[in-house]
Amino acid sequence: MSAEISELPAHEIVARLKAGDLTAEAVLEATLERIEAVEGGTASLDGDLGDGQGVHAYISLTVERARAQAQAVDRALETGDDPGILAGVPIAVKDIFCVSGTASTAGSKILENFVAPYTATPVARLEKAGAITIGKANLDEFTYGSSNESSAYLPTPRNPWSAERVPGGSSGGSAAAVSAGEAALSLGTDTSGSIRQPAAFCGVVGMKPTYGRVSRYGLIAFASSLDCPGPLARNVKDVGLMLQGMAGADPFDATAAKIPVEDYLDQIEGGVRGMRIGLSPDFSRLRYPDPETGELREQALQPEIEKELMESAERLAALGAEIVEGVELPNARYGIPAYFVISRVEAASNLHRYDGVKYGHRSERVPDDLFDLYRKSRGEGFGPQPKLRILMGMYVSGEQYEKRYYERALRVRTLIRGDFERAFERVDAVLAPTTPTTAFEIGGIYGDSVAMQYADLLTVPANHAGIPAISVPTGLDNSGLPIGMQLMGPDFSEKKLLQMAHSLEQPPGSRPTLVQELIGD
Amino acid sequence: MTEFEAVIGIETHIQLNTESKIFCACSTDSWRVPPNINICPICSGLPGVLPSLNEKVVEKALLLATAMNSEEINIESFFARKNYFYPDLPKGYQISQYDEPLAHNGYFEFPMPGGDLRRIAIAKLHIEEDAGKTVYKDHRRLIDFNRCGVPLVEMVTGPDFRSEDEVAQFLIRLRQLLRWLEISDADMERGQLRVDGNVSIRKVGEDRLNTKTEIKNVNSIANVRDAVQAEIERQIREVEAGGVIEPWTLDWDDERGVLSKMRSKETEADYRYFREPDLLPVQLSAGEVQTTATLLPELPLARRSRFVEQYAVPEYDAEILTEERSLSDFFEATVAAHEGDPKRVSNWVMNDVLRLIREEETSAGDLGLQPAELAEIISMVEGGTISSSVGKDLLGQVRSSDRSPSQIVEEEGLAQVSDSGELSEVADRILEANPDKVAAYQAGKTGLIGWFVGQMMKETGGQADPKLANSLLEELLDSYSAKS
Repeated sequence: MSAEISELPAHEIVARLKAGDLTAEAVLEATLERIEAVEGGTASLDGDLGDGQGVHAYISLTVERARAQAQAVDRALETGDDPGILAGVPIAVKDIFCVSGTASTAGSKILENFVAPYTATPVARLEKAGAITIGKANLDEFTYGSSNESSAYLPTPRNPWSAERVPGGSSGGSAAAVSAGEAALSLGTDTSGSIRQPAAFCGVVGMKPTYGRVSRYGLIAFASSLDCPGPLARNVKDVGLMLQGMAGADPFDATAAKIPVEDYLDQIEGGVRGMRIGLSPDFSRLRYPDPETGELREQALQPEIEKELMESAERLAALGAEIVEGVELPNARYGIPAYFVISRVEAASNLHRYDGVKYGHRSERVPDDLFDLYRKSRGEGFGPQPKLRILMGMYVSGEQYEKRYYERALRVRTLIRGDFERAFERVDAVLAPTTPTTAFEIGGIYGDSVAMQYADLLTVPANHAGIPAISVPTGLDNSGLPIGMQLMGPDFSEKKLLQMAHSLEQPPGSRPTLVQELIGD
Repeated sequence: MTEFEAVIGIETHIQLNTESKIFCACSTDSWRVPPNINICPICSGLPGVLPSLNEKVVEKALLLATAMNSEEINIESFFARKNYFYPDLPKGYQISQYDEPLAHNGYFEFPMPGGDLRRIAIAKLHIEEDAGKTVYKDHRRLIDFNRCGVPLVEMVTGPDFRSEDEVAQFLIRLRQLLRWLEISDADMERGQLRVDGNVSIRKVGEDRLNTKTEIKNVNSIANVRDAVQAEIERQIREVEAGGVIEPWTLDWDDERGVLSKMRSKETEADYRYFREPDLLPVQLSAGEVQTTATLLPELPLARRSRFVEQYAVPEYDAEILTEERSLSDFFEATVAAHEGDPKRVSNWVMNDVLRLIREEETSAGDLGLQPAELAEIISMVEGGTISSSVGKDLLGQVRSSDRSPSQIVEEEGLAQVSDSGELSEVADRILEANPDKVAAYQAGKTGLIGWFVGQMMKETGGQADPKLANSLLEELLDSYSAKS
């Protein structure tokens, strides 16, 4: 019974709570039971809490907070008060968001003792809508990665579909938690694909909303001009419900859009009849400049993914959509190099504040002077990814290189944006695979920063353009690993994208294999 | 011998007097409050926070740009990040306008004491946030974040000053203007107006710019003047001795009054400026810019000239009367209520009203004295109803009373004694009691008349009409002499 409760869709939890069939506390206990069964211990800095055998989606659990919230929801239900649109739904929050009174680590040793004194806007809104914050999910250190392997908190999350595979990243813990039934929903962030890629790898739905649709206040910044908080869930409807709970203007975020939030659910089952959905050759043949030589290289998609793309298009066509082939997005191929530059410049600056003086890790070694204290604390506190990004960011933003790299990268971004604007004159959305491959093996790519970055080849164009994109599971590859397809639409087209994604999704028909093993089912 | 001239440009940092900080709701009060009181997650740079711009900051900066006659007020301007590590900079970068500031190409015009007008170019005017304060105490570095996020306007002048006196005059006039426009309290000692000077010299007749030095940490106008003067003299000595000027940064030691070379700091540092992605561009509408121009009040120098012209008061008076806006408003309102000679009003305002303002460290607007009340007092003195000393006392009484000056005079019986019979009796008594003074007067010491008038005032409690007393006494003293 409780195993089934922990796998209920969020919208059904809310409906059953409101019908009086279920209590928030029961949902919470079922979820904690599932965590107990599959988690295998939360991650920690020295890695001794986890046995390496479970999913390891979380850095910390916030059980007391969750219990208090669940009780409040149940009280509201009893007294007839509105418990909110997410009443009683357990949510995993990527540990890149500040949540008052919780250790907010960003997956980094440099924030090891930082307890946030305030709560991020999206989290505060979700909690206000009745959601139960169950824990802080693991992630790549400061979100810098696509496999979750760079977290300072070990063991790294496993892909619930294969213990040998990564869950993707950087919202790896978020995707794994939702996939494994350790939460119904998860709040992630997507800077170059960090929601969509792990969603695809773990067989769940993930949406990167339009830049500015969800407030960034309280999101520990990576690349401020690209970071987007967004939902992960096991189905499209839940993603829409969660987005509904957190989207909208915020006086604490000047870049949050003031455009009114639509009702994302009232037409979500409306189908795709008459909609024009584009296929782009630039997303089905992988073209990208060779990082060594700069020459344009071409690589095929994983064959099952290519096949899945065609089948998805056919399925949408069968449902009445018009498939438009040959939508050109020629500048998408420069997405990764441009992203490499822009994100590193912003990241290096955003990391300046971690000096070990005000909060976080401070070296215990005796410093020679102030700057030596900074050096020692930062040297010990940052892992290899932040260090690489600081080096790269400082290099390309230096006075002598700024024009050559940063300004050119910004121009590429404008070109990519232009590509999409032209495409959306012809189509309502572009359909493309979310990732070039299904989940890769743990240790398979980690250590090769450039190769790792290319895992985001198909997702990063939407970040450059600022447009919304949603990844949905559509099937499994020959090894039984989930395949994800994404739909990208114009600014603030979340409602339509959700409607299309609802027609496109093909949730896996069975429990993830690792979960099956762990709960002995 | 070669003649040199100085080439000086300055950078001023002006703390705007908004209630709250530039990017958060914290109070801007950072002077003599306990450290780290007015701070929040935003201004202390905690992980995850974002800035949101205080619109009042833009309004005040725009007003200043307009007053500086900026030819280019940018409808769209941008914030950038200036990246560097320092303990009092909690984010590790300062949010500042950089390549596209609020305004360019303005000027500020002011008179030198001789009357000559000087015009100094304002090359650039931009908005930024202040950093915190570092205090060194017992070999420890203490950090106070109260000042973090206090709004600043940075103004950079052209290399247009030729002397330390011009710099000093510029600052005096700028300070006056900032207070006049209620943009900044502009107290240099409190760091509300901060000045860095760039000094170089060249041979008279040349127009090139030579290597300059930068003077920092000067906290009064007099010190800026002294520091710039000392540096000009040092450079001339150096060049005359065959030396070379190096681009030093110099620190002004307030107590010893000397400049010293600062540790070769990161003046050449690469701040890796880039657009602040957390803020939208500052958007002004053309209408806003125009409205601000019309909202600009009459400025002090314009008002000074008008006072001379319209009220025929001397330049000296006009200068004092327009030192501060509320005083000049008070003067004008009193003139309007008085309807007599404005010079008389000026005398009262400059002497008596200003004395009260200074004693009580207040402003004309907050003095509690209405222009109409002062006008009434002046009229009563002019009409001989009261003596001027009673008039001066009345200033104080009116302020602590609901009654009008004439009511007070009537009810307290303060009207002047101008009945010659009454006064003659008093005069007789004084002469009788002081035969030696009378004798001396009659022997030619006519200056003693002042002493006799003083006695009269004393005897009558200040109510004697001094003119009448004077003529009466003269007459009596002469006739006294005739009798004997």
